[in-house]
Amino acid sequence: MSAYNTMELMIAAASRELEDGAVVGVGTGAPCAAAMLSQRMHAPNLVIMFEAGGVNPQLPEMPISVGDSRTFHRASMAGSMADIMEACARGMVDYTFLGGAQIDMYGNLNSTVIGPDPNHPKVRLPGSGGANDFASFCWRMMVITPQDTRRFVEKVDFITTPGWLEGGDSRREAGLPPDAGPYKIITDRAIMDFAPESKRMRIVSVHPGHSLKDVREQCGFELLEADRVTETPAPADDELRLLREEVDPFGFIIGR
Amino acid sequence: MRILDEGSGRLFTDPDPDAARAFFRSKSRALRPKVTSLREAVAGYVHDGEYLAIGGFGANRTPVAACHEIVRQGRKKMGFAGHTSTHDFEILAAGEVFDRVDVAYIVGLEARGLSACARRYMESGKVEVTEWTNYALMLRLKAAAMGLPCLPVRNMMGTDTFRHSAAKITTCPYTGKKLVLLPALYPDVAFIHVHEVDEYGNCRFAGISVADLELANAAKHLVITAERLIPNDVIRQDPGRTRIPFHLVDAVCEVPYGAYPGTMPYEYFSDETHLKEWLKVEKDEAAFAEFLEHNIFSCADHSEYIEKNGGLKKMQALREREFLLDRGGKG
Repeated sequence: MSAYNTMELMIAAASRELEDGAVVGVGTGAPCAAAMLSQRMHAPNLVIMFEAGGVNPQLPEMPISVGDSRTFHRASMAGSMADIMEACARGMVDYTFLGGAQIDMYGNLNSTVIGPDPNHPKVRLPGSGGANDFASFCWRMMVITPQDTRRFVEKVDFITTPGWLEGGDSRREAGLPPDAGPYKIITDRAIMDFAPESKRMRIVSVHPGHSLKDVREQCGFELLEADRVTETPAPADDELRLLREEVDPFGFIIGR
Repeated sequence: MRILDEGSGRLFTDPDPDAARAFFRSKSRALRPKVTSLREAVAGYVHDGEYLAIGGFGANRTPVAACHEIVRQGRKKMGFAGHTSTHDFEILAAGEVFDRVDVAYIVGLEARGLSACARRYMESGKVEVTEWTNYALMLRLKAAAMGLPCLPVRNMMGTDTFRHSAAKITTCPYTGKKLVLLPALYPDVAFIHVHEVDEYGNCRFAGISVADLELANAAKHLVITAERLIPNDVIRQDPGRTRIPFHLVDAVCEVPYGAYPGTMPYEYFSDETHLKEWLKVEKDEAAFAEFLEHNIFSCADHSEYIEKNGGLKKMQALREREFLLDRGGKG
């Protein structure tokens, strides 16, 4: 097995979550790389959508913007935001990847403001963009993110994007479409999912070279554990080769 | 209708469809020549205190030249639709053009990072914000385009995005499910950049439309900037390709490379070096003031800005980048 870096491991792990024939709404960066790797490994018919209107492109390189020319390069359609968001709202988009400056134990994300008073922010961040839309409607929301106690917090300063809200049945009670919500959180140390009833984040697998203890130490809230916690499989040789040669040959994301 | 919950954000524009109908009744639908300079179009249609919206997505098919002209003419105290806005927001924030923003996406340039200038302005307390999402702002424009006061949607519920919006939650009379009502957004003036336009305002563009068709129909006044003027005959030979029709359009400005330094699909790719320079120089306020003087205030128009940043040679290199020719066509 070849040497690999953490970003390569995270992208490979994310790519394995996407099955052939599914539809995924992605942004730029690691999620896009994960979807492209899936297409080259096991999911040639994985459909990629970008919120600005790109449907099923054959991505020639990493997009810089979710609306740049690459996002509809040799695509099935150069559509509109309505085409994409309405497909999400109708239940036709299976997966999405999102991120944020903060995440809590229910997978709620903050990308709006840091600080206690949103009207007088310590740090102004971009806001929802399409994140709240994707997270509300896509069946399974995933996050690829570095993990530390500043990012994984007990309470986010602002819920930009809904996770399982306050856990239990709170997301459905709030009025969001049922059965959609956070699915997997892929960090630089572990993979988490959410307990079926409480909807609290729990450790599913720990990456090679890391321990349960250090996953917990780099998290600002108590992480539950799945019944059986495994070791995350390292990226396979063919995954690494495709990632380095075809998906991200200039190393924009994987940094090689 | 029973309102179950409502956001605390301020509604910056009037969603009343009858007030809008009264306006649109008086708007000229005449097939008349509308070609003018961008300077005159901004002077005529952009006024202090009014509400502005910009088409495109981030730095893609964005009317950058129009943003420069608005800053150059010193417009202030405007409302702004912060819908998928990136480099456009960065420019308008530098000019302190707006003092209230409907936020979906602001201050960032996606993977490129955050704008220091836009952050300073948004953290200064000078700007009032109401939060939305990209889809929500698009639907607010769609509601306006449809002549409705509002449209329902099923996102935002349970979040602080909703709490700081001006949306309301009610119950669906058919299914009993909760619905978020989004108020129609009729911008006073919008700018959209396209590939081709005739002298009357019939527009063609290639690639994704983002929310531009909704915006074109919702805006009270619409200024088109275009890469090229084309003869009306070309429009009439293939009218199915017209994406925005003349009767929505108030002014037509031919502005080659009008989306530079952003991407114009099938024409030129974004100038990442120049965009990085913006992000870098913004961190030093004095240096940024000089940068703005050089790139906006001292320029007569967009062609002078382009001349200062590499001219035609740069544009040719960016065309090669757009067509992936600089990497053997393989990316």
